[in-house]
Amino acid sequence: MSFVSIRLPSAGSEVIDRARPVTFSWNGKKLKAFTGDTIASAILANGDHIFGRSMKYHRPRGVLTADFWDPNLFVQVDDEPNVRAAHRLVENGMKVTSQNVWPSLKYDVKAANGLVGRFLTAGFYYKTFMKPAKLWPAYERILARFAPGGEVDLDTPHGYYDKRYAHPDVVVAGAGPAGLAAAIAAARAGASVMLVEHEHQVGGHLLWGSDDDRAAAAGMLTDARNLGVEILTNSTVTGRYEDNWLGILQRNHHIAEERLIKARAKMLIVAGGLIERPYVFAGNDIPGVMTSGAVRRLITMYGIKPGTRAVVLTANESGDAAVADLERAGVEIAEVVDGRTGAFVRSAEGSGRGTNHRLSAVTLSDGTKIDADLLVTAVGWTAPTSLLNMSGDRPVYDPAAARFFPGKTPDNVLATGGMVGDGTHDQLVAHGAATGTLAAGRAAVVQHRLQAATARAAAVDGPEPDYPEDLRTPLGRDPHPALFRSTTHGMVDYSEDVSSKDLFGAAAEGFDSVELIKRFTTATMGPSQGKLETVNTVAVLAEARGETIAEVGTTVWRPPYAPITLGALGGRVFEPVRVSSIQSYHESKGATPILAGQWIRPEHYDDPQAEVTNTRTNVGITDVTPLGKLDLKGPDVPKLLSLLYTNKWMQLPIGGVRYGIMCAEDGVVLDDGVTARLGDEHYLMTTTSSGAGGVWNWIENWLQTEHPDWQVHVTPVTTGFTSINVAGPNSRKLMGRVVAGVDLSNEAFPYMNVRTGTVAGVDDCVMWRIGFTGELSYEIQVPAGYGLHVWEALLADGKDLGIAPFGLEAQRVMRLEKGHFIVGQDTDGLSKAPTTGMTGLLKLDKDDWTGMPEVKWALEGDYPHIVAIQPTDPNCVPEEACQILRGPESNEIVGRITSSRYSPTLNRSICLGQLSPEFAEAGTELTVLLVNGERVTAKVMKHHAHFDPEGERLRG
Amino acid sequence: MLLVPCPNCGPRSSQDLTYGGESHSRPDPKTATPEEWRTYLYLRDNPSGWLVETWYCSSGCRRWFKLERHTLTGELRDPILPGSKTGVASDEATNIQGGTK
Repeated sequence: MSFVSIRLPSAGSEVIDRARPVTFSWNGKKLKAFTGDTIASAILANGDHIFGRSMKYHRPRGVLTADFWDPNLFVQVDDEPNVRAAHRLVENGMKVTSQNVWPSLKYDVKAANGLVGRFLTAGFYYKTFMKPAKLWPAYERILARFAPGGEVDLDTPHGYYDKRYAHPDVVVAGAGPAGLAAAIAAARAGASVMLVEHEHQVGGHLLWGSDDDRAAAAGMLTDARNLGVEILTNSTVTGRYEDNWLGILQRNHHIAEERLIKARAKMLIVAGGLIERPYVFAGNDIPGVMTSGAVRRLITMYGIKPGTRAVVLTANESGDAAVADLERAGVEIAEVVDGRTGAFVRSAEGSGRGTNHRLSAVTLSDGTKIDADLLVTAVGWTAPTSLLNMSGDRPVYDPAAARFFPGKTPDNVLATGGMVGDGTHDQLVAHGAATGTLAAGRAAVVQHRLQAATARAAAVDGPEPDYPEDLRTPLGRDPHPALFRSTTHGMVDYSEDVSSKDLFGAAAEGFDSVELIKRFTTATMGPSQGKLETVNTVAVLAEARGETIAEVGTTVWRPPYAPITLGALGGRVFEPVRVSSIQSYHESKGATPILAGQWIRPEHYDDPQAEVTNTRTNVGITDVTPLGKLDLKGPDVPKLLSLLYTNKWMQLPIGGVRYGIMCAEDGVVLDDGVTARLGDEHYLMTTTSSGAGGVWNWIENWLQTEHPDWQVHVTPVTTGFTSINVAGPNSRKLMGRVVAGVDLSNEAFPYMNVRTGTVAGVDDCVMWRIGFTGELSYEIQVPAGYGLHVWEALLADGKDLGIAPFGLEAQRVMRLEKGHFIVGQDTDGLSKAPTTGMTGLLKLDKDDWTGMPEVKWALEGDYPHIVAIQPTDPNCVPEEACQILRGPESNEIVGRITSSRYSPTLNRSICLGQLSPEFAEAGTELTVLLVNGERVTAKVMKHHAHFDPEGERLRG
Repeated sequence: MLLVPCPNCGPRSSQDLTYGGESHSRPDPKTATPEEWRTYLYLRDNPSGWLVETWYCSSGCRRWFKLERHTLTGELRDPILPGSKTGVASDEATNIQGGTK
């Protein structure tokens, strides 16, 4: 039977705008539709009714529910796969293609799977392709072609996704009559309200109801707008977490592709309505079998005639209304099967090939076979209690109503509407309104408590209001026959191609828990998130095991309510990027930027090797602003430093600088840096760039919890200063030209000392004689606003001294030439302090320092050593993290390369590495395994420093 | 995400704070045996019920404080700054969004 949907005459109920036509393409064909059409209604209006093929058996599939949850309508739109065709609105120029078809929708070779379907039972792939394991890559290549889904275009530019934080009093999830009424009542009671609806229009089932229904929806929408309710359509409350932390996915944002709203709601009202269940019988996935909701939506909202001759299986008002709608649309009603009388549909069959495949006949429970191209089922409802599950609720099955109802929700979550009961329109609206008023009353109490609990907030007015009790009149429950599966087997999960037969088989294999059955068969795990499938799965399992539905129970719905794109989750990153006050110079010189933690730094200006050579020969300056800096004031600073560092601090003179290693309580190296004493009770501590924040927290913890009696004030000043390192043989000469008020001679200002003075006219600069690079060097900390000025003054005054800036890479090469380890690169999460080789700094005779016991015990045993290593081949630079092996023939790992570079100063490769103690002796021959598999020899050096081990340049 | 009641800043989303873990006392580093020290480092009671734990108001007042959290229900109570004698909300749960205070 060939069938073509047609567009019905225009009606006031429709959501399409026939004055605004839209042109799009479907599998290469140019088609016309109207603004407001979904992709599905647009394609149906053009006479096609097959949208794609099913995941496992590649059965042709058409409309089932015609809404967001329809499992059969996933299409590719331009470069975007897995678009829900009955939800996404059609747009001019859209290129829509079917997915899951190969080579085409019409001739799909994998449909052969359908013929051998009896072999593809649950677990088929796991069981069949498990052994032998070495063949898996071959299996995988072939099976990947059978994997469902559209095609991802890797060249697609990243869209703009946004995030927003909101603090509404009340969030209402679902804008049917009860949700609308709740939002209006809550807003009337003074609450700020967000109303979230996942369809494009508010109104819920009123949209496909009577003219009075639609008038009621329009009236409530106007009221809600006038009351300032924030209405988010095409948006979903995706999850509810502790204390009503909600994720709301907004798809209708005017700029962003999608926006993820993170809302802390004082109250959540769940008004998700009911979702219609499909019926399980042989042939229930043949195109032309639809739910009553699907035909009602298609006829009323989109003006689509969904068939020509229909059988309707109805067990409720929705099915009865569908009969009336079909008659109005000119569909011939061949038979109405009333499920309330015990009649049902036994099976359905289709005919026609390729894209013409369509329902052709329906067999009823009494054996009568009726020709029809449309079978409409109205067999019951599922309450989508996901958000209530996420609030701790476990739904309870009511056999008389043949559906699950919410159990007990926490005080800050209320449910209303069809989810909690049945009623007339007025009853639903009254329940919703009572819920909204209750929510607003409770939100006011929560607001009072929040304010009262915040010491610095404005004083609260009056005593706390009474917490409103739930005095709502409950909605009734209409009786409903239990219609889940016919006497034949059919699809339970359309999107995963799981049939009732698969579930019976799994039960026979011994799976007795619904949670395990779900994972074994993957029923309910597809993109519908179990909204259509869960209750049928439970019912079929109950039948297979001879238990009641209540005994089997249900699976727990977890977040998200509906799938979320990764773009929305990634979204906009709210993390500041930090740059120093010299950044404009770096950019103007075309420095290659590098992201280091939160900072953007210049990696190099031109050739980093030349930058090294110039610094070692003349003088160089580098921007080291990200270096962590903490200003410490108070009489007890020496005690704090003694606690945090392994070495001694009580005798540091004013003007002195000392290096320290900081350990965590497990003895592992946490940070290192130099600290200067600027005044009697004034110290300046430096930390590693990446450790600055963590060390600050660490200090506050010790001061606040273990030693609250110590008088120390900590101020982070990392960004308060711009830090410039001036290094090289000419650095003292250069400093002499810009510094005023400080004697720079080696006698007056020796190595490991600090002075405060004026640099290039800028007062209050701190100058340190320290040297990560191993050269005579001064680190200048300039009040940040003058950083660029001092930098440019140095460059100008140093011209004849051969000055040039150097970047992070040159600095790293020079520190490696000097063998300075970097915490977190040359040490790791297991490196206790002795590994650094700085055992002279580990003062076990002090009373206390963090990690001291572990360091003491470590020193008594074996530990890895950081050593300098030089490959035999001076041109071979082993990659960092290369393994060091026990011997040329061995595969046993005894260490690894932690840092490696080519040294332009020594004209050879140089490394630091960690080694087992037996290999750490100077002169030991090592075998290094390169990434390419080659083994090369290397030698352990006597000193960490490859260059100037005595430090003569540094102290000169 | 939990609303954590900072004694200074009031209830704030837990992402504004840093979790310090189960509260435990530090043995004397001079005399502690390896067993005592490693118990301090690694072993936690992890009870099902009320647990005293530490939080750091890292995006707010930057104070470390203790509170009690019920590991089954997620209720929080008795936030207390180090050195204070009593918490802000006595021993009742600071159940901001619940029916009983």
